[in-house]
Amino acid sequence: MGNGSFWLPPAASSGAPVVDRLFHFIYWTAFVFFVLVVGLMVLFVLRYRRRPGQKDHGPAPTHNTALELTWTIIPLIVVGVIFYLGFAGFMDISTPPQNAYEIQVTAMRWKWSFTYPNGLTDEDLHVPADQPVRLVMTSTDVIHGFFVPDFRLKHDVVPGRYNTVWFRAGKPGTHDIFCTQYCGTGHSEMHAQVIVQNPDDFQKWLDGAASALAHASPVELGERLYHTLGCAQCHSVDGASSTGPTWKGLYGSKVPLNGGGSVTADENYVRESILEPNAKVVLGYAAIMPTYQGRVKDPDVAAIIAYMKTVK
Amino acid sequence: MAVTEAEVRERREGYESSRLGMWIFLATEILLFGGLFCAYAVYRSNHPEIFVYAHRFLSKTLGGINTIVLICSSFTMAWAVRAAQLGERRRLVALLAITIFCGLCFLGIKGIEYQQKWRHGLLWGERYHPVEHEKNGAAGTPAAIQMPPVSSDPNRSFLPLAAEGPRGLAPESSKPAPGGADAEPVPKNVQTFFGIYFAMTGLHAVHVIAGMILIGVMLVRAIRREFSPTDFTPVDNVGLYWHLVDVIWIYLFPFLYLIR
Amino acid sequence: MSTAENYLTHSSGIRSWLLTRDHKRIGILYLISIMSSFFLGGISALLIRTELLTPNHALMSPEAYNKMFTLHGAVMIFLFVIPGVPATLGNFFLPIMLGAKDVAFPRLNLASWYLYVFGALFALASIVMGGVDTGWTFYTPYSVITNTSVVALTAGAFILGFSSILTGINFVVTIHKLRPDWMTWFKMPLFLWSLYATAIIQILATPVLGITLLLLILERTLGIGIFNPALGGDPVLYQHFFWFYSHPAVYIMILPAMGIMSELVSTFSHRTIFGYRFIAYSSIAIAVISFLVWGHHMFVSGQSNLADLIFSFLTFLVAIPSGIKVFNWLATMYKGSITLEAPMLYALSFLFLFGIGGLTGLFLGALSTDVHLHDTYFVVAHFHYVMFGGTVIAFLGGLHYWWPKMFGRMYSEKWARIAAVVIFIGFNLTFFAQFIMGSKGMPRRYASYPARFQPYHDVSTIGSYVLSIGFVIMAVYLIHSLFRGRRAPANPWGGTTLEWKCGSPPPHDNFAETPGPCEPYDFRGIVYDPAIGGYVDTARARS
Repeated sequence: MGNGSFWLPPAASSGAPVVDRLFHFIYWTAFVFFVLVVGLMVLFVLRYRRRPGQKDHGPAPTHNTALELTWTIIPLIVVGVIFYLGFAGFMDISTPPQNAYEIQVTAMRWKWSFTYPNGLTDEDLHVPADQPVRLVMTSTDVIHGFFVPDFRLKHDVVPGRYNTVWFRAGKPGTHDIFCTQYCGTGHSEMHAQVIVQNPDDFQKWLDGAASALAHASPVELGERLYHTLGCAQCHSVDGASSTGPTWKGLYGSKVPLNGGGSVTADENYVRESILEPNAKVVLGYAAIMPTYQGRVKDPDVAAIIAYMKTVK
Repeated sequence: MAVTEAEVRERREGYESSRLGMWIFLATEILLFGGLFCAYAVYRSNHPEIFVYAHRFLSKTLGGINTIVLICSSFTMAWAVRAAQLGERRRLVALLAITIFCGLCFLGIKGIEYQQKWRHGLLWGERYHPVEHEKNGAAGTPAAIQMPPVSSDPNRSFLPLAAEGPRGLAPESSKPAPGGADAEPVPKNVQTFFGIYFAMTGLHAVHVIAGMILIGVMLVRAIRREFSPTDFTPVDNVGLYWHLVDVIWIYLFPFLYLIR
Repeated sequence: MSTAENYLTHSSGIRSWLLTRDHKRIGILYLISIMSSFFLGGISALLIRTELLTPNHALMSPEAYNKMFTLHGAVMIFLFVIPGVPATLGNFFLPIMLGAKDVAFPRLNLASWYLYVFGALFALASIVMGGVDTGWTFYTPYSVITNTSVVALTAGAFILGFSSILTGINFVVTIHKLRPDWMTWFKMPLFLWSLYATAIIQILATPVLGITLLLLILERTLGIGIFNPALGGDPVLYQHFFWFYSHPAVYIMILPAMGIMSELVSTFSHRTIFGYRFIAYSSIAIAVISFLVWGHHMFVSGQSNLADLIFSFLTFLVAIPSGIKVFNWLATMYKGSITLEAPMLYALSFLFLFGIGGLTGLFLGALSTDVHLHDTYFVVAHFHYVMFGGTVIAFLGGLHYWWPKMFGRMYSEKWARIAAVVIFIGFNLTFFAQFIMGSKGMPRRYASYPARFQPYHDVSTIGSYVLSIGFVIMAVYLIHSLFRGRRAPANPWGGTTLEWKCGSPPPHDNFAETPGPCEPYDFRGIVYDPAIGGYVDTARARS
């Protein structure tokens, strides 16, 4: 593992060396062929450069079946080997073992959200070290891409479908998660972290976070949901302007609407905005908020409202 | 005036060139529709129940009439080419006119079908609001993606159950019974069928119109005596185009109307 | 010869150009349009690279950046590289190399150019309407829900598709029907073989792009729902449709470039091409197999493992004919009599750059390594090496090779060589660093990035400035040559194909009468005559 090499980031999962081995094999094969081609090119230019008064080299061959067959068959064999190694490695890294620990991944613009088997949802991917982990991924809006460079792990995350990947992380540490399928304005900001922990530490974190949630007040829960559901991407709490109206001082105020008229931002309005966001859009904002229909339960909505009330 | 050998050669070259060009152009049209047929195949194999259910909203009678109309128009078009070849100008003009008339009938019947769909709310995508069923969702709200529920049982997989199979074959009646206590279950996403139906028949109708315009141009040129037994290539080529338009419909009709 | 009447002097006035049926003038019209598009695409590239000098937002907001890279991709691909060689050099030289007076359908040829301009206007309209931010690939569902002017741009691409199809039809029919009797298939220059193979792809693949974009437009305007998961549609189906065209499209880009390579390497080695038949067959093989590999853009999209397997296998298969052409060109240089004028410098650059581009394709065709490299800068570097380092470099080589023939003027050899070297250096600086940061995990289409990638981005940006200096130099000496260049002889380089038998510039009708039998790549008897500063054919008395 370690800091990575010239070409590659650190290899932090069991699948990474599989990929890296093939990477290096292809690299050196390509290097050899490249040196051969460019070398011959330079050699021929130097040797056969036209000089005044030079003798004719004589008639040159127009074709040579043996040679042409050779330079067809050898590359065929080489690419055949590369293909096979690629395919074998791919089957390795995409077939999860039976006892994998399953975590659900939800991608949305522009945030990752991870749901653990005990129902906890978090912004980062905590995993136990040295245990196979299976991710079941879906998106709530557009296609995203889940990419952990250090694990050599990547897969598109598609709305309306579940896609599965797996990995076994090595030592404890943190690793970047990037979004690799262009998804709009916040595509480059859609980061998260894989936090690999000792199995004990991992369990402690999981239990601790779950119980903190269970004992959390509605306001604390609401604030947490503000982050994990992605509200924070478009609604600030400090008054800063963003894609959506700021929540600072929003609750209870009278908001003007697109198309005329206004409404008081009470419980009903907030609930409606979460479930049917384009029904009443605040004046001056685009009707682009996605619906959370089916993604939030009533207690969640209540918690968000409770939190919103505290943002003055 | 005697025609020189060079002129004969050039004329033949010109004729052969434009024939080849038209055949290649027809290949591009086949690929254009091929994409739609491909989409049809993908959706039908993934959700046969939608197609079995929804196709009964189409009128086999009207579709059948349209098929006969187009086949007749191909016949008159082929005869028109023959007439051009034989220098029979009046016949050529008459046959071209009949072909255009057939095209108009086709479009008229298509128009009736489309109007029926409109009245019954059987349209594509979000506009699918069949008159028997209630509207769902407020206007303007994007439909939420329907996903199987998340399980809170750590041992249960989050993967959805295997795709539900077809919800039973439809009874033989030509129209489904209006919503009632013993109505059969309606598959989800029926609007997919209508999206494909309108895309395919709509694109085809555009090509019918284009074909009619081309035949119209031929008609005008025929009236102006611009064709002769040695020079009727444009009629020939337009005929080829029209036959393709006909052939495409001959595939569309069973795929959309005659699903079993 | 050069002051004789030629296609440029045959008639004058703007109408004679805008209503021309002369394939040579149409080629020039395309050349002007395409170079303008290249300029627009290039400016957007420089803006992108300048923005990426620092990890966070500098010149532009993320929305503007996203529109900028979409513009760069769409303009470069649809308005520059795809029409590229066939519309310019192909239009100009295909009939001449065939010994014909013009293409089979001259008016259709002019219509193709007008369609190009019309499509370009739609693309420009989309910029004026605020720009599109989907990437040139328009992936759904994002392209369906974004508020930007997608319909204008896709409509433009749809119209450009027609231009491409009509050019393809014209070329295929011309090659089939307008060849003189003595010119059998295997007596055609290899550039024509490559244009033929390209035309096949243009004809068969472009309609699929047409229906794809049409469905996307219907999705946006009418909400058909075919790609919308909320309405029962499948967003990944869009990708299949899109790449079914767009993969063969890259062979539309590279095949003519390879055709030019065959001409350049043989002429400047003064030696017949090695393995003519193989090169000819390989062009057709590439065209056919290119239709079967589109799924290699979708290895991690969720398609089945079986599909991944098949597409990976076929991808490696299609690499073989391309690789072998490189060996054929090298063998052509063996025992040749090589001179290093600017066109040959471009040909040598092609071998180097396309070599890297092609070999890096191996990493991407292999399934396990592709999982890591997909959608990173490694891919960006790969396709720039093959599209730019391959196609554009070959195009520049062809442009320099045929410039004296097209305009009757020689350009400054010294400055041309300087520009070629500057471009070579600038290109590698720009794009090699992108391989490294890509394999280290830098994703593509990122407006801002983690700070550790900054050194690579900075090298790349500096390279892009060097690259543009090379192009500026080129523009200057080429335009200068039009007014002050030495008058060109009929055959400045010693070529053997038919275009070198007529004057520079060619007469309006190309040939007074159909040229007699001629073996391409037969250099016996082609000798340099200092008196005219060009080559003459001493073997056969010819007009």
